[in-house]
Amino acid sequence: MKKILILTTALTGWAAAASAGDLTVMSWGGAYGAAQTEAHVKPFAAKTGIPTVMVDSDNPAAPIKAMVEANNVTVDVASVEYADAIRLCDEGLLEPIDASTLPPGSDGTPATEDFLPGAITDCGVSTDIWATVYAYDTTKFPADAAPKTAADFFDLEKFPGKRGLRKGAKAVLEFALLADGVAPADVYATLSTPEGVDRAFAKLDTIKKDVVWWEAGAQPPQLLADGEVVMSTAYNGRIFNAAVAEGKPFQIVWDGQIYENEMYVVPKGAPNKDQAMEFIRFATSTDGLRAQAQNISYGPARRSALKEELIFKDGKTVMGPHLPTAPENMKNALESSWEFWVDRDAELNERFNAWLAAN
Amino acid sequence: MADLTAAAPLTTADGRPLKEALARAQRRAKTRAFLLVAPLLLFVIVSFVIPIAQMLHRSVYHDGFSANAPAVSAWFAANPPGTPPDEAAFAALAEDFRAMKAAKTAGEAGTRVNYTLPESRSLFTKTARDADRLAPPYRDAFLAVDPKWADPEVWQAMRSSSSAYTSDFYLSATDFRHTADGGIERVEPRQRIYVYLYIKTFVLSGVITLLCLILAFPVAHLLATLPMAKANLLMILVLLPFWTSLLVRTTSWMVLLQGQGVVNETLLSLGLITDSGRLRLINNQTGTIIVMTHVLLPFMILPLYSVMRVIPPSYVRAARSLGASSWTAFRRVYLPLTLPGIGAGALLVFILAVGYYITPALVGGADGQLFSNMIQFHMSKSNWSLAAALSAMLLAGVLLLYWLYDRLIGIDNLKLG
Amino acid sequence: MAEVSGRDAFVEFEHVQKSYDGISLVVKDLNLTMPKGEFLTMLGPSGSGKTTCLMMLAGFETATHGEIRLAGRPINQVPPHRRGIGMVFQNYALFPHMTVGENLAFPLEVRGIGKDEREVKIRRALDMVQMGGFVSRRPAQLSGGQQQRIALARALVFDPELVLMDEPLGALDKQLREHMQFEIKALHERLGVTVVYVTHDQGEALTMSDRVAVFNDGVIQQLDRPDELYERPKNSFVAQFIGENNKLSGTIEKLEGSRALVRLSTGEVIDATPVNVRETGQKTLVSIRPERVEFKPEMMPKDAHTIEAEVRELIYMGDILRARLKVAGSEDFVMKMRNTLNQTRLQPGQRIKVGWHPADARALDPV
Repeated sequence: MKKILILTTALTGWAAAASAGDLTVMSWGGAYGAAQTEAHVKPFAAKTGIPTVMVDSDNPAAPIKAMVEANNVTVDVASVEYADAIRLCDEGLLEPIDASTLPPGSDGTPATEDFLPGAITDCGVSTDIWATVYAYDTTKFPADAAPKTAADFFDLEKFPGKRGLRKGAKAVLEFALLADGVAPADVYATLSTPEGVDRAFAKLDTIKKDVVWWEAGAQPPQLLADGEVVMSTAYNGRIFNAAVAEGKPFQIVWDGQIYENEMYVVPKGAPNKDQAMEFIRFATSTDGLRAQAQNISYGPARRSALKEELIFKDGKTVMGPHLPTAPENMKNALESSWEFWVDRDAELNERFNAWLAAN
Repeated sequence: MADLTAAAPLTTADGRPLKEALARAQRRAKTRAFLLVAPLLLFVIVSFVIPIAQMLHRSVYHDGFSANAPAVSAWFAANPPGTPPDEAAFAALAEDFRAMKAAKTAGEAGTRVNYTLPESRSLFTKTARDADRLAPPYRDAFLAVDPKWADPEVWQAMRSSSSAYTSDFYLSATDFRHTADGGIERVEPRQRIYVYLYIKTFVLSGVITLLCLILAFPVAHLLATLPMAKANLLMILVLLPFWTSLLVRTTSWMVLLQGQGVVNETLLSLGLITDSGRLRLINNQTGTIIVMTHVLLPFMILPLYSVMRVIPPSYVRAARSLGASSWTAFRRVYLPLTLPGIGAGALLVFILAVGYYITPALVGGADGQLFSNMIQFHMSKSNWSLAAALSAMLLAGVLLLYWLYDRLIGIDNLKLG
Repeated sequence: MAEVSGRDAFVEFEHVQKSYDGISLVVKDLNLTMPKGEFLTMLGPSGSGKTTCLMMLAGFETATHGEIRLAGRPINQVPPHRRGIGMVFQNYALFPHMTVGENLAFPLEVRGIGKDEREVKIRRALDMVQMGGFVSRRPAQLSGGQQQRIALARALVFDPELVLMDEPLGALDKQLREHMQFEIKALHERLGVTVVYVTHDQGEALTMSDRVAVFNDGVIQQLDRPDELYERPKNSFVAQFIGENNKLSGTIEKLEGSRALVRLSTGEVIDATPVNVRETGQKTLVSIRPERVEFKPEMMPKDAHTIEAEVRELIYMGDILRARLKVAGSEDFVMKMRNTLNQTRLQPGQRIKVGWHPADARALDPV
């Protein structure tokens, strides 16, 4: 069976394979992909002379299984969510990464100590810490009556207008519980009970009619700009870029943010495995992480990278307060639980899909 | 003479039987014909027959657990369903876990069991981490790692995963699940989705097909009756959507249909709607219908056009001269003559609509999602077996429809162009 | 020419004009009156306007100017289905998705005629065309001739008073065509129905019609009985279009009542009957039918002028003998002789003198 699969994919996939030779990095596109291109892909190619290209995907974790099983891996490095990095690694679809080969911090601290806890796993290294937050259009609400808490997102009476939410269970169910008053520490315990899941869906029910669902990270700033929604959950970096770099009137609400590490991984059987490892070592060095943080407001996962103040590429905006890890942004924040999601992803997403489809 | 030839089989002049001589004479032509067809045949087999067979196989096959946990799978095979796990079962499981830890395959096995029973994946990865510490008595050792090992549902899930061939994915695909005692039951109402979406997909596809027919019929008629030069120009307009990239089209639909879009602004400026009463034309079921009708319209126009073009105008004239009003002439004569085109177009549009996922994903919002979006969803979540089972259901539905069409209208009445 | 008075006029075209493009006229000032029961054929080359006239009568085209009346009633504004006209189309136009019976039932159903009466009428119509056993066949299962009969039966089944036929026999082979001509004519006589028949086949027109309207360039060139048309064409177009015909061009030498002397361009003088020539010195085209050319002096009038001829070729055609002669410099002068027992057999190269009765040579307008 596998042989046949290889045969058919070999026949249909030859075009993609033809460009093998270049080091291929797959990421999420939009402002995030652009940041990684500027901070990692271009400097790496310039430094090593290895031609390196960036390709976009709505979710880089999705095609990895297909590629590995068909033995037709065309991607060398992928930027995936934390839970996916764990799951794919468990399923043997990723190359293990030897943490001892990662460069020490700029101050000489060994990598394993310099990285924040959990930022290095068997098969992945953190490229940043990002958060799902929500943002609103400041022109739609007076400054003294603007939304400030997660609960405000669900308050249609005080803050009328359409909401944007990511189409998927992850981060949406947690956000609903946070908005419903569950303390961050209790969120996953609550969500592990059937009553907790019902409670999250009941909270979502209150705004279901007024939700515009988005899938790609580039959509929420667009929906806000088009006036299709007055507030939307979003990846914080996308809103930062729209607001700071493009001057859009968007304001992030950090209350109820859900953050996690984004991981660079190498799919099993990557055509340029050694260069891929070299790329990861380069990209996750102190300088590599700082370079990315200067392009988009996602926090570096190395302590050494935070020692000096980070300035946005415009040369004046101080990144500190815009990072999910800034202390003032962490007051009511939740770290996404990969243990919970690798286990419950299928079940809760089915429930979520059923809930979505039902009228 | 006539009697003679009728009695004896005919032979050629040199005495060979005529049939044999004919076959010989035609062999060369037949071989050549076959060789000409061979590349296409090979292509169809490689690109169509094999993938579909593979998909059907995948929908009933998953060896994630059975291949990685052979010992306990053997125990399940040796003991009838309902047997409570004894020490031997736990011992076999411990053996498997040690092997899985070494091979890093606990996640794979856990994933398979997780499809049948949620929350079992972490049980597997967690137990695998402690596999080296598992020692007799095994039952107690397992319960010490996690008390869920005593749960009969876990064992039932493992039992149904222990055979590589399984109907579990079809159960899931029809909103059913295994119970702890080995029976099956429907999942609770709020978890039910596939049957509902399946029906909805076919109904929506029917609506889209009907809309396409209503819109395409006059256009095709115009195309068929206009002089060639004008018809060609109009045909280019019809085909334009084919030549436009999906992204450009999506963007233009958004510009047109969104709350602040062209359609709503126009209606607003005409005073037909109020600012608060803006129509929701996108990111919902309405959007899916509008946009899919647009995308699929050419597939209806083209077969209709090809049929209408060859209907001589004299049929309708004859009907009119025989006393039929223009409506009667249309209904009794023109419409029946276009049936092969309607059938072909409707079948084409319907089948394409049933399998469409990109458009609903882009403009469908929450309630405009179709069955194929679920297939795509499970593909992206790596649950290929469930995706395959859903695909097989879709395939079965389409084939059933095709069969019905053949019975009701006759497939030889189909005219694709 | 049989004149029809306004009183018994059944079909009338009055100053009818038709233009498709607003630039040129396809039908130019058509005036035509038909009595009830007549079989009238519109004959002409393609593009002469005959089919357009038929379509205007049927209601599929509207007259740009003028009036068309049916039984005294103007029908310009009447839609085709209210005109009650039966029509037989060139390609039969039998509905392919209906059986023969359903095809015939169609005009009766739309008229709301009950099932029993329908069946009687259908059986009668099918028997009329000897197709009684084909009621449940589909058109595709019938031969061309059979389809033609069904089309005829369908046009007649609802008892219309006027039937239009648009080159109905065009697709049939010669033998079948001749047979059908006879049958259609017989049906017409039996039913007394008025028929307007369009064809470009002059033989068909002559055999079947009471009167023939010869169309050219949007104008009726001559409307007359077949024999008149053949024997007394009014102009050179009609003379050439109907039947075979020898042409000799010359100048009028003398005009004397019903007699004219024509001097040919080669110098010879011949007798002719003046048709549309008025004065001496006028150019003319003399038309003589091949079967009226004589070479035996005893067959010619006493004082007839004769003309030198040389036999070029002799063709044996069974019922007749056909001689190609060189006459007055022209190589394609044809003479037809009956193939009788004692007929003189001419030889190629033989020199003879040919002549004719002056009434058979018609001095027409020059082309």
